[in-house]
Amino acid sequence: MMRIELVKRPQHSVLFSALSPFIAFGLTLVAGAILFAILGKNPASALYFYFIDPLTEVWSLHELAIKAAPLILIAVGLSVCFLSNNWNIGAEGQFVMGAVAGSILPVLFPEFQSWIVLPLMMLMGIAGGAAYGAIPAWLKVRFSTNEILSSLMLVYVAQLFLDWLVRGPWRNPEGYNFPETRNFHDYAVLPEILSSSGRAHWGFLFALIAAVVLWFLLSRTLKGFEIKLLGQSPRAGRFAGFSSSKMVFFAFMTAGGLAGLAGISEVAGAIGQLRPVISPGYGFTAIIVAFLGRLNPLGIVAAGLVLALSYLGGEAAQISIGVSDKTARVFQGMLLFFVLASDALIHYQIRITRPQTERTGEVSHGNA
Amino acid sequence: MSKQPKSTGEILLDVRGLTKVFGTLKACDSIDLTIEKGEIHALLGENGAGKSTLVKMLFGSLEPAAGEISWNGSQVTITSPGQARSIGIGMVFQHFSLFEALTAAENIALSLDDDTPISTIAEKARDLSEAYGLPLDPYSLVGDLSVGERQRIEIIRCLLQEPQLIILDEPTSVLTPQEADRLFETLERLRSEGKSILYISHRLDEVKRLCDRATVLRHGKVVDHCDPSKETAASLASMMVGSEVKQIVREAPVKNDDSEALLEIRGLSRAAATQFSIALRDIWLSVNAGEVIGIAGVAGNGQGEFFEAISGEVLQDSAEVIRIRHKGAGLLDISGRRQMGAAFVPEERLGHGAAPAMRLSDNLLLSRHATDGSAFLGSLGVIRTDTISQASQKIIEDMDVRKSAVDPEASALSGGNLQKFIVGRELSREPSVMIVNQPTWGVDAGAAAHIRQALINLSRSGSAVLIISQDLDELFEVSDSICVMHDGHLSEPVPIAEATYEKVGLLMGGADASAATHAGGTA
Repeated sequence: MMRIELVKRPQHSVLFSALSPFIAFGLTLVAGAILFAILGKNPASALYFYFIDPLTEVWSLHELAIKAAPLILIAVGLSVCFLSNNWNIGAEGQFVMGAVAGSILPVLFPEFQSWIVLPLMMLMGIAGGAAYGAIPAWLKVRFSTNEILSSLMLVYVAQLFLDWLVRGPWRNPEGYNFPETRNFHDYAVLPEILSSSGRAHWGFLFALIAAVVLWFLLSRTLKGFEIKLLGQSPRAGRFAGFSSSKMVFFAFMTAGGLAGLAGISEVAGAIGQLRPVISPGYGFTAIIVAFLGRLNPLGIVAAGLVLALSYLGGEAAQISIGVSDKTARVFQGMLLFFVLASDALIHYQIRITRPQTERTGEVSHGNA
Repeated sequence: MSKQPKSTGEILLDVRGLTKVFGTLKACDSIDLTIEKGEIHALLGENGAGKSTLVKMLFGSLEPAAGEISWNGSQVTITSPGQARSIGIGMVFQHFSLFEALTAAENIALSLDDDTPISTIAEKARDLSEAYGLPLDPYSLVGDLSVGERQRIEIIRCLLQEPQLIILDEPTSVLTPQEADRLFETLERLRSEGKSILYISHRLDEVKRLCDRATVLRHGKVVDHCDPSKETAASLASMMVGSEVKQIVREAPVKNDDSEALLEIRGLSRAAATQFSIALRDIWLSVNAGEVIGIAGVAGNGQGEFFEAISGEVLQDSAEVIRIRHKGAGLLDISGRRQMGAAFVPEERLGHGAAPAMRLSDNLLLSRHATDGSAFLGSLGVIRTDTISQASQKIIEDMDVRKSAVDPEASALSGGNLQKFIVGRELSREPSVMIVNQPTWGVDAGAAAHIRQALINLSRSGSAVLIISQDLDELFEVSDSICVMHDGHLSEPVPIAEATYEKVGLLMGGADASAATHAGGTA
């Protein structure tokens, strides 16, 4: 009888740390091909329409940047949370609240028109997201509440709050009772980067800047060391003189602020008004982006582009081969599943043994 | 004490060529061992010599790569602890596996396979405890029991299975000298009933006193079999280490009546943080420049809580409760206290003193970022990797840290080498106050001597050193005075010239200071 064993490596493998996302992506493609074959579609052409076709035209590259911007912004913030062992699952809610707070000026004070409106909107978006992120942080520090549950539940609160706003007090008075706010005036719209070739707006630049700044913070500074130390080993972190309560607030408010910036950028850039639903689940997909990017902000830029492609591919595949756009969700789910599974290879190696030739035995207790 | 071997010469356990390999390391290399009926057999060796691996193979929790085990003359393959128990091998582990919220009898019931009612078990346990002089109330909550009492539960749990061979792993490391004496009586009674005992220890005096034969392991190999009563502690030690262990040099401290107190603790109290932690009660102590004070005590009498309070991981209510170099420090966190000149080495190496998955250079930054910020950090808090790597390489050289890579992760080092690094990290700051909890726990003899000498040298250069340890031999070797922590109280310091094992042992067992003085006087 052949036996497959996972044997713990003495040190974590740098090679597999880098390879794991690619292995996961490869496995996702294989599983996707099987899925399409079962649905009776030609797997090769389905995968082509999904992952290659959207990259062949300039306008769709712009769409890619629009979709990638919020994913990257949110995911780099989440990397701070996850590295410091704070499980913020509520970025979607922080995204919505950032969008709401940032929209106060153009919706409630449409007569206030000046170049200063846009920077103020961005700052208010950051503040709104950070404040909303501070709620689960405070609950965790004060009452030891599980932040996974509290941050997740606050997503639904935020979504319903937005829904109520756009149907009620913030509804466009000239909008024929449609559940939308008034359209943002020109000073409140985020400009396009290259307006001649497509719609991609400054949100993508914000994402790149945030990624570089946080990469520097995490890899080069004492703050980054503190984040990682408290995440890996809270007691050693306390011995080092760092406060885990302050870190909970720092992590949640950083992630919340960036999610808020993503929210207001999406509204001021791509949409131009508030609607009942302003996100196709960016806050949740960003969790996958953060892990696929190895919680490294530069890796997250690449991962954000891959996941953005899965959104575009979902739309393209719907049109060209007639599968449901829910397949995008399936791909995202498989990707996260395979990433987490491949991560086992970082700390373990696979060994195939045949008991009759070699009696090695006892793997789980071995302290090699 | 009667010490005639009662062994009949009949062989109970015969091990031939037992081998176990982890990766490239031969943890046990072709080990031969015979245990006769009715003998106490010592297994000696330093940390990492392969004692635990050997015992785990005998108890069925590790599978040997090669070799044979014969039991009562017939060959056996032991595949699980359950099977080991069923053929008559019992084991008392060094680290107990007891549930604190359950009673002694309930804990015993959990390890039995059948559904014997608790009352029957309690009755059997009570009978055994009386028969073997192991006083224990089966209905007491484990959380309320001392470490010695918890060990009795483990021993009774083991005896209930009626084993022929009992394996004891470092049983006295958690006991006071008096509790250890009582344990020895129990073991001798078991021997007189014809049961065999495999006794693992690194305390050579007790091995000499108790054991009939000894097998010495070094680097996974058997290096000698001997009769411990015919050896000296020094000759046993050199068999274990393979060379002479360097003697510690401790010159008498410079006597100076007005030498300054660098660390003062004035009435430190702390409520128990959880149900199972110990409250600290009104602790007063001052440690002078040039002096080493040792704090003895059985584990779990408040040493961990004390360390956290002194280090500033837990703050005090008023600044004056803890004074470092004549200034109140009670309201400062650990970084603030370090900046006043204090340095700390906690008991737990991985996960407290060092982050396991971080490199040694990162672990240097861990405790030094506040005090050495100007050297290790640039503007905007940017880490100066080169400076830190150089400083950590210097510590590695000074302390002779053995490692497999240039800058390995902390978890890749052996316990002793990591401890040398952690102690060296603090020493290289030349702190004026040094507080160390269990400086050489699990460290091999050579490295332990190195660490102890370094601590003495630090004090002689004018610093105040406070050492918390469960190892009495160590405290007698390094301290100028010894006090004892028991149930959150700290005794008056006893000058080393007046301290005896008996006196300190009584204090460890909870006798008050006057009784101990009396006993010391009559001893």
